[in-house]
Amino acid sequence: MTLTYHLQIVNLLAALLLLISFAMLSQRRIAGLITLFAWQGAALTASTALVAWSTGQHHLYYSAALTLVLKVIGMPWFFFRIVKKLDMDRDVEPMINIPTTMLIGIVLVIFSFNLALPISELSGTVMRSTLGIALACVLLAFLMMITRSKAIPQVIGFLAIENSLFFAATSATYGMPLVVELGVALDVMVGVFVMGIFFFQIRETFDSLDLKHMEKLKEK
Amino acid sequence: MTNGFYSYFADPVQWAWAGVMFWLVLGFAALLLQGSQRLLIRLVFPLGALGALFIAGVGVAGLLLPASAVILPIGLPDLPFHLRLDALSAFFMVLLGGAAFGITVYAMGYFRNMAAGPLALLILWYHLFLGGMVTVMLADDAYAFMVAWEVMALSSYFLVTTDHDLPEIRHAGFLYLLIAHVGAVALLLCFGVLQGGHGDYTFDTMRLAELTPFWASAAYLLALFGFGAKAGIVPMHVWLPEAHPAAPSPVSALMSGVMLKTAIYGLLRVTFDLLNVQIGWWGTLALALGLITALYGVIFAAVQSDMKRLLAWSSIENVGVILAGFGLTLIFYTDGKGAMAALTLTAVLYHSINHAFFKGLLFLGTGAVLHATGERRMGKLGGLIRTMPWTAWLTLIGALAIAGLPPLNGFVSEWLLLQAFLLTPNLTQPYLNMVIPVAAASVALAAALAAYVVVKFYGVIFLGQPRDAALQHAHEASWPKRLGMLWLAAGCVLLGLFPAQVIGWLSPVVQLLTKQTLVNDGNWLMLAPVSAERASYAPLIFFAVVGVVLLLTFIWVRRVYHGRVRRSDPWDCGYPEQDARMQDSAEGFGQPIRQIFEVFMKVERETPDPFSRTPHYHGASLDKIWFILYEPIARLTGWLSEQAGRLQHGRIQWYLIYSFATLIFLLVFTTR
Repeated sequence: MTLTYHLQIVNLLAALLLLISFAMLSQRRIAGLITLFAWQGAALTASTALVAWSTGQHHLYYSAALTLVLKVIGMPWFFFRIVKKLDMDRDVEPMINIPTTMLIGIVLVIFSFNLALPISELSGTVMRSTLGIALACVLLAFLMMITRSKAIPQVIGFLAIENSLFFAATSATYGMPLVVELGVALDVMVGVFVMGIFFFQIRETFDSLDLKHMEKLKEK
Repeated sequence: MTNGFYSYFADPVQWAWAGVMFWLVLGFAALLLQGSQRLLIRLVFPLGALGALFIAGVGVAGLLLPASAVILPIGLPDLPFHLRLDALSAFFMVLLGGAAFGITVYAMGYFRNMAAGPLALLILWYHLFLGGMVTVMLADDAYAFMVAWEVMALSSYFLVTTDHDLPEIRHAGFLYLLIAHVGAVALLLCFGVLQGGHGDYTFDTMRLAELTPFWASAAYLLALFGFGAKAGIVPMHVWLPEAHPAAPSPVSALMSGVMLKTAIYGLLRVTFDLLNVQIGWWGTLALALGLITALYGVIFAAVQSDMKRLLAWSSIENVGVILAGFGLTLIFYTDGKGAMAALTLTAVLYHSINHAFFKGLLFLGTGAVLHATGERRMGKLGGLIRTMPWTAWLTLIGALAIAGLPPLNGFVSEWLLLQAFLLTPNLTQPYLNMVIPVAAASVALAAALAAYVVVKFYGVIFLGQPRDAALQHAHEASWPKRLGMLWLAAGCVLLGLFPAQVIGWLSPVVQLLTKQTLVNDGNWLMLAPVSAERASYAPLIFFAVVGVVLLLTFIWVRRVYHGRVRRSDPWDCGYPEQDARMQDSAEGFGQPIRQIFEVFMKVERETPDPFSRTPHYHGASLDKIWFILYEPIARLTGWLSEQAGRLQHGRIQWYLIYSFATLIFLLVFTTR
């Protein structure tokens, strides 16, 4: 039964995704974060391609290719360029210390597994058991956005949410229609460009990419 | 074609709507006529007054003809306006049209010197206000009712804030708008309960809805709150003494005389027409609230020193009397005493139309004084009967009417109401039998204090010596003003002299609501509501006797004492020197009342220093309810808003946490 092997590999990749999410949560350096993000994209590409092969859903090949081009090659390259240009690859002090963040992350994983159990029973796909992992990845990426104060980790967290949602979509319903996925990909690309412009603007205004300076914008 | 056109205007309800449209067109035409201030005054106001007369005429037709309804193709898609004109609507249209005619004629004189731009806007709001009030009375579905109600509230807000460059007027307007909208929300909820789950908001459906006593009571309480906020029932009265003095006098007259009555109309409509059950304790509650309002209003009226504020408090008193009568009607009606309910309801309706006329007249009188002297504080007025005889004598008629003196109209309605109270038959609930004599005594007390208030109002403003040298040059009101006041004064006199006829006109309304009419046991000359043996009143005979006695006295004095009149300084009993400052002042006149009822007031007093060269006195009796009820609410609202404002950190992490928590909550919530 090849399907069983495929399923095993998909489950392995899902576990890898979760692991990468935790790694991102604990990563202090921005360059490391970008690398992890690229790896996450790679795992996603692999799992999508595998699902496409084992179930014969051909449009998923296009999704996988899109993911590869955008999230494994395009965006990491773009981020590395920005980091180099802004000269800001140094340690990032998270708002909550790393061990606490990890503990909260574990709670979130348990929570999302609990939550996904009744939902995945309803789903009829081969990889429904990975839904919990996908949800956990969404929440972990969200947590990362909350605990980082610099702009680039936040954007990466945002993109990681997008990755996890994509994974959730493939695991629950074999992915969204291609048109929707193309639209989302375009949105993400434009979003990253806009944020890239914002990085320079924020940097120019506050002389730093630390978002806590934006508190000054609050209306008194 | 002719036939179709004719049938479109065949029913009174269509004429009424045509009248409303005429006012709306007039209001918007005023915006186009901004170039000519003379045209606005001399053309638009008289046409508006004719519209008021037309509406009153349609109201009379509506009282005589059977009810008619029409569905107008305006409003939201699938939600047209339903209009219906029955006897109740018709009666209130007569009230509105009759009072508005005199007030609009007066307005022609009052706004004569206003600049064209603001005047055009004022005319727009004025006619929208009138049209909104008529539409409230015509509405036959909750949607049309609420739209008209809001048009009325908003247009009157803009009228109140005509002089919006003064901060206290903006403040008064805001308070009015706020309480009007709290009331409107209650009304919206009330209609939501009334439709009884049918999802259809026409009044026809509401009449058929079978509500349980619990939900019927909920609807009644919401209506009492919502309409009470508009009518100024204690403790929702706080906007009245602020908004009435702030508004221009014709607007005060309209708001006090007519707009408060739309709330009474709504209360009658919801309680007797739309609700399928009535419960006895509703009446007891309304009676208690009404009496509290009446006494509270009249006590505060007695201690005011601003003439328009005094009249506003007096309006609160009158609304209280009307509400007490409404409560008594409900008590009788639910107790199966149909004839007594009919008598009480007649008194309520009679007092409503009387108040529209005499309070309108008094507000117009204060407007004339205000224009002539530029002064609202009674402490700066006095002796105006010599310089403004027309205003003074016409106001005297209104003052006597509001004091409840025969043969004027105020007496008739108060007499009818007291008859209803005093002739209380044995009700089935023993405690009510014990309470109602006390209620009757309270109404009598309120009426007596109202007379006291009027003596103060009239005496301080028009009698005595001028308290200010500038008052010698006060000019008499212009002719449009005099005519407007003359119309309302004539209304007061006629309503007082022909009560038997008026009661005949009221009978369709009473029949509609209580299924019974008041039988006049007397004849056209004499009013005897229950039986001629118990009590009767013949105003014409009374008037004739008063007239004859006056004439005889006059002739006797002229004949017998002629030429023997001794002229000397008045009140010169050992006071060779006397000036205007030795007169009783407004504060002084109200002082006994203030002493007795000081618990209800927060008294601010600043007495002059005995050695001061420029003595200065300041005294104000403030409404304690404001400090006990409203200030804590205002503070709580401020505090809550501040707490809510703290959510806004400006830190992106916190905003993310909000989204995160919401996400987790929704995930848990949806998978439960």
